[in-house]
Amino acid sequence: MVREAYHKDLHKLREEILNMGSLVGRAIGDSVLSLKNRDVELAQKVIDMDNEIDALDHSIEENCMRLLALQQPMARDLRLIISVLKMSIDLERMGDLALEIAVITKITANVPPVKPLIDIPRMSEICQDMLMNTMKALENKDVELAKQVAKRDDEVDALFDQIRRELITIMIEDPKKITGAQHLTFVARYLERIGDHITNLCENVVFMVTGERVELN
Amino acid sequence: MQNKITVETLNAWFGTNHALKNINLSFQENRITAIIGPSGCGKSTFIRCLNRMHEVVRGAKVSGKVLVDGKDIYERDIDPVDIRRCIGMVFQKPNPFPTMSIYDNVAAGLKLNGMKDKKILDKTVEESLKKAALWDEVKNDLNKSGVSLSGGQQQRLCIARALAVEPEIILFDEPCSALDPISTSRIEDLMIELKEKYTIVIVTHNMQQAARVSDYTAFFLYGELIEFGETNQIFKKPKEKSTEDYIVGRFG
Repeated sequence: MVREAYHKDLHKLREEILNMGSLVGRAIGDSVLSLKNRDVELAQKVIDMDNEIDALDHSIEENCMRLLALQQPMARDLRLIISVLKMSIDLERMGDLALEIAVITKITANVPPVKPLIDIPRMSEICQDMLMNTMKALENKDVELAKQVAKRDDEVDALFDQIRRELITIMIEDPKKITGAQHLTFVARYLERIGDHITNLCENVVFMVTGERVELN
Repeated sequence: MQNKITVETLNAWFGTNHALKNINLSFQENRITAIIGPSGCGKSTFIRCLNRMHEVVRGAKVSGKVLVDGKDIYERDIDPVDIRRCIGMVFQKPNPFPTMSIYDNVAAGLKLNGMKDKKILDKTVEESLKKAALWDEVKNDLNKSGVSLSGGQQQRLCIARALAVEPEIILFDEPCSALDPISTSRIEDLMIELKEKYTIVIVTHNMQQAARVSDYTAFFLYGELIEFGETNQIFKKPKEKSTEDYIVGRFG
């Protein structure tokens, strides 16, 4: 094996993006859980976690830049670095969206609930599952899995549509619930955006493995 | 774009060592093609077959065809010296004739061919040095020795010498491996300028150099051509695993 330090750095980069993925997955899960259980303490944990996610994002950017400047990476190494750099941007945004959900938990914790939460946690579960599989696809260079994951964004979109319509009905029936229902609409919208970001992640996994830019979903 | 050189089932040997195995490859006119591969893969042997330099080595043998503009340079009635005039070569280490002045280094090829007209010689020397991007640096020192120049200048002098006999193809065998980064980038710029008029083949160990200057890249391994394609494709997403392993430095 030659250029050992270089390959160690590439390996570290791969680990960093996988860490970031699992951290963001936890932030998404905990943010919706905090909303469902009206758990302000957990919400605060999610908000604090965002600093950790941002720090990882900076570290990844720094490492990519250093590798590009010092090692002139090519072929699969180059594709890995470019994909990781782009994926970290999507993951950072997803972290921000989880933070926004946690903020809504804090705002609404002391107001009576608009409705029992069922579909929003379902959206969250699908997103977490998608994200976990995307990271698996990244780790195993599995193009087929990445494509399958991206397809599931349709489920997320369908749920968003359903939740939005339901909340509109609630708002029409009882204007006192407008503020709370609007908060929930935003949460659903954030989760829908998270699904889109995951699709981008999948596209980058495909690029990393095949060198081709594809539009998934 | 037209193929300037077409190589068909080329095989080469050093004694019993089968150095090149069934190579089929074409080089486009006015393009730079880089040949990369680990030491001993046959890349230098390969370009030395393109101007019949391989056979100069004792015990060396060649079979197959090398067509330049459709004509096989290995046909019996062809004089290797004519071939080498039409296909110039620049070597790894700058090798100006040590006892000659800058002027004589460039004029040497023409003089050998019997050219005596001073005016034509002057004109050719000036034009060749200009094409090699060396004229401005040496125009007042044409009578100085060629070896008084820096390494990078010497290499450009060798390029001027190759250009003076009006070749159509120029082969570069590791032209920058003995040069510093500034001289290297001057030679690279020069190659890109020269491809307007010439067909260029370059053997290089420096993959960044191959990526920077060439339009096409061929990867050789153990005397075989493994992959050939557009340089951009080879360095972004090679088709063969061994090409990828070599260019990312994870060879073996």
